[in-house]
Amino acid sequence: MTETPDFIEPIDNTPIEPPSLIQVGHSPHLSHASCSTQRMMMDVLIALIPVTGMAVYIFRLYAIKQIAICLAVCLIAEAVFVKMRGRSFSLTDGSAAITGIILGLSLPGPAPWYVGVIASVVAIGIGKVIFGGLGMNLFNPAMVGRAFVMISFAGIMAASGYESAVSGIDAITQATPLNAFKQMGISTPLKDLFFGFTNGSPGETSALACLIGGIFLCIRRTASWEIPAGIIGTVLVMGGLADLTGSPSGWTALHHLFSGSLLFGAFFIATDPVTSPMTSKGKLIFGAGVGFFIMILRFFSGYPEGVMFAVLLMNAVTPLINNWTIPKAMGE
Amino acid sequence: MAFKNQEFEGKGTFHRGVHPPERKHFSADAPIEALPAPSEVLIPLQQHIGAPCKSLVKPKQEVAYGDVIGDSDAMISARLHAPISGIVQKIAVTTLPNGRHMEAIHIKAAGIQFTGDQMRREFLGGRWSKEVVGYDPDDVTRAINDAGIVGLGGAAFPTHIKISPFLKKKLDTLIVNGCECEPYLTADDRLMRDIPEIVISGALLSRLALGADNIIIGIEENKPEAIAAIRKAAGGTTIKVAVLKTKYPQGSEKHLIKAVVNRTVPLGGLPSDVKVAVSNVTTITAVARAVIRGLPLTHRVVCVTGAGIHQPKHILAPIGISYRALIEFCGGLTPDAARVLSGGPMMGFAFTDLDMPLTKGTGGVTVLTRDDIKKATETACLRCGKCVDACPMNLVPSRLAVAARHRDMPLAEKYKIRACMECGSCAYVCPAGIPLVQLIRVGKAMIMASSARK
Repeated sequence: MTETPDFIEPIDNTPIEPPSLIQVGHSPHLSHASCSTQRMMMDVLIALIPVTGMAVYIFRLYAIKQIAICLAVCLIAEAVFVKMRGRSFSLTDGSAAITGIILGLSLPGPAPWYVGVIASVVAIGIGKVIFGGLGMNLFNPAMVGRAFVMISFAGIMAASGYESAVSGIDAITQATPLNAFKQMGISTPLKDLFFGFTNGSPGETSALACLIGGIFLCIRRTASWEIPAGIIGTVLVMGGLADLTGSPSGWTALHHLFSGSLLFGAFFIATDPVTSPMTSKGKLIFGAGVGFFIMILRFFSGYPEGVMFAVLLMNAVTPLINNWTIPKAMGE
Repeated sequence: MAFKNQEFEGKGTFHRGVHPPERKHFSADAPIEALPAPSEVLIPLQQHIGAPCKSLVKPKQEVAYGDVIGDSDAMISARLHAPISGIVQKIAVTTLPNGRHMEAIHIKAAGIQFTGDQMRREFLGGRWSKEVVGYDPDDVTRAINDAGIVGLGGAAFPTHIKISPFLKKKLDTLIVNGCECEPYLTADDRLMRDIPEIVISGALLSRLALGADNIIIGIEENKPEAIAAIRKAAGGTTIKVAVLKTKYPQGSEKHLIKAVVNRTVPLGGLPSDVKVAVSNVTTITAVARAVIRGLPLTHRVVCVTGAGIHQPKHILAPIGISYRALIEFCGGLTPDAARVLSGGPMMGFAFTDLDMPLTKGTGGVTVLTRDDIKKATETACLRCGKCVDACPMNLVPSRLAVAARHRDMPLAEKYKIRACMECGSCAYVCPAGIPLVQLIRVGKAMIMASSARK
C-alpha cells in the first residue's frame, strides 16, 4: 500500500487533477458499517456479562478462579500456538477470550487449577489452531477442551466433582439438580433452577441470566435464533412426551429446560457460527439434533447431563447438514 | 403489511436482500441540466449485449448529429449515432470502466451543434401524447431499432429484441422499472418527477408493440414525488403504479417481477417465460423519443453524485462524453474524493482514467470519499451465514467463494454459481470483509473459460 500524499486544496476553482488519489476496488464499494467479526465477538462478550455476573455472585471465588485461569491460559495458548504455526497475531479477534470465558463457566467450581489449564490448552491447541485457526475448526473449541478433561479426570469432572462438603458456599454443598434427580429422584424447585441458586458449572445454573444474554445475542443477530429455538423446541417436545408417558416424577419438561447447561449451551455454545450450519433450515435441524441428543443422554446415559456431547456430536454432523440444506436458487 | 392489498398481485417485495444507506439526498433535488456541446466524444463500437457494431465512418469524414456511424448485421446488436456534428478522428482501441477493451470512434466537434435549451426542449420538453392509436406495433419496434436503444438501466440489452410484436411467447404485462435501488443514483427518479408524461407515452407505445394487456410501473416507496407524478400523468390510462418496498436489489429484473406480479422467472430463463417484459424508465423515455420524435439514442440523463463531487447534478449528456467532462461540469472532485464509479456503489465499476467515455448503459457516476470506502481488513470466514440471509437469489455465497478460491468448479456448480447476478448484497453484509462477489466473479470466469475450452 502506498500512502496518499497530503492533499492541498487549491485556491482557485479549477477541477482537481485526480489520478494520484483515486483508487480502484471491486464492487460493492460500500460495506455494512456495524457488521464486523470483532463486533460480533464483542456482542458475545457483552452477552456473557449477566451469566458471568450470576456465576460470580453465586459461586464467588470458585467462579472467578475458573474463569481467570481459563481466560488467561486460552489467551496465552492462542498466542503461542498461532506463533508456532507462523500465522498472524489473532488475539484481537476476541475468539480466544470467548472460548476461555465459556470454558471457565462450564467447569465445576471445585475442580483444581490444572484442570482448567489443560482444558484451555487442548481447547485452543487441538480444538482450534490445529485446524487452521478461527473459522476452520470442526468442533466447538471450548467443548473439545471440556470433553478432554472430562474423560481425563473422570472423578473431578463427574457430577460428584461439583460437590464439596467443606465449601462455604451453599450451592456447592448440594448435589447438582440433574444429579440429585438422576441418583435420588429429588427434583429441585423450578424457581431455584430459573434464578440459578443451585449447584452446577458456574455459568449454567441461572436460566434467567442465560436467557437475558441469549436473547440479546439473537436480537443482535450475532447468534442465529434458529439454533436455540430448535434446541428448546425439541427439549420441550421430548420432555413433554416424557411427562405424558412416564411416571409422575416431578421432573417436567420445564425442569429439563431450566436445569443443567441447557440454556447456556443453547445460546452460547451451540450458536458458535463456525461449528454450526449456515442456512436457516440447517440451523433448525442442527438445533433439533442437539436437543434430541441432550434428551437421549439425559434419559438413557450414565451421565446426568448431555449438552456437551450433544453439541460435539452435532458439530460433527454440521458439514452433512450443510450439504443437505443447500438452498434452491430462486427460480430453480 | 402496507405493501399488500395494492392493485397488483405481488407482495411489493421479495425475499432476502439488504438495506444499504440510500444517500439519494446528494443529487435528488438537482434539476436536469443540458451539458454544453462538448469539443469531442468517443463512441465505443459495442455498448450493448450482443454483436459489436462495425464502424460506418472513416477518419476525416464529416458527420452530422444523428448520423448512423456504427451498425451490425447481427440480430442482437444496437446501432450507433453521432451525438455531435464533427469530424471523425481515428478509430482506436479504448478501455471502458468495466475493463473491456474495444474500438471506439473519436469525433471532434465541428460546425453547428445541437445543444443547450434547444436540445433540452427536444429531448425532455413539449407535449407527450397519451394517444397511441395512430402507431403500428411494427413501427414502434422499427423506431427502437433505428434509434439504437438498449436497456439503459445498466444491462444494455438491445431493446428492439425485447419490445417487439414478434416474440415467441405472448406477454401479458409490461413492467416499467422505476425502482432505482442502487444507493446514490437518482436519474430515474428525476425523470419520473420532471417528465412523467414521457414515461407514460413510452410505456403505452411499448405495450402497443408487445400487444400486452397491462402496464405496471414499479417504484420504490422512497420516491414519493415520483410516485405522485407518475400517478398523475397516468390519469385516464390503465397504467398501474406498484409502490414497492425500498430494498436492494429491488430493481433487479427477477426480483421486480416477483414483487410486482408474484411470478418467479425460472433459473436461466427470461422474463418472457413468465409473460412479462421489463423495461427501465429511462429506456422507456428513449422509446417515446424515438417513436414520437424520431430521435436516436445519442444522449441520456446521467446522475453525477456522491460526497466526492462538488455539485451533484443531473446532466443531459451525449453518449461518448468523457467522465472528466461530466465531473468538471459538476465543479470537480472534492479533496477527499477517493473512488470514481461508473454506476452506483453496489454494482458500479471503479476506474481511474477519467477520459474514458460514457456508454449508453451508464446512468450514474458516483464519487465516494475516503470515509465512504473505509473497509476493515479481511478476516477468516466464520460461516455465520449472514451472506446466505442476504442473497436475493437464495445462494450460499461463502461456499461459492470457497469454491472459487480452491478452483473447485464442481463445488461451484453444485452451489449454482451461475445463478449469481453479482448484486453485492453478500459482500455488503459480510462481517469478515471477504470479497465474496469478486471471488464469485473469478469462479464464474473460470467456469466460462473451461466450458469454452470443451
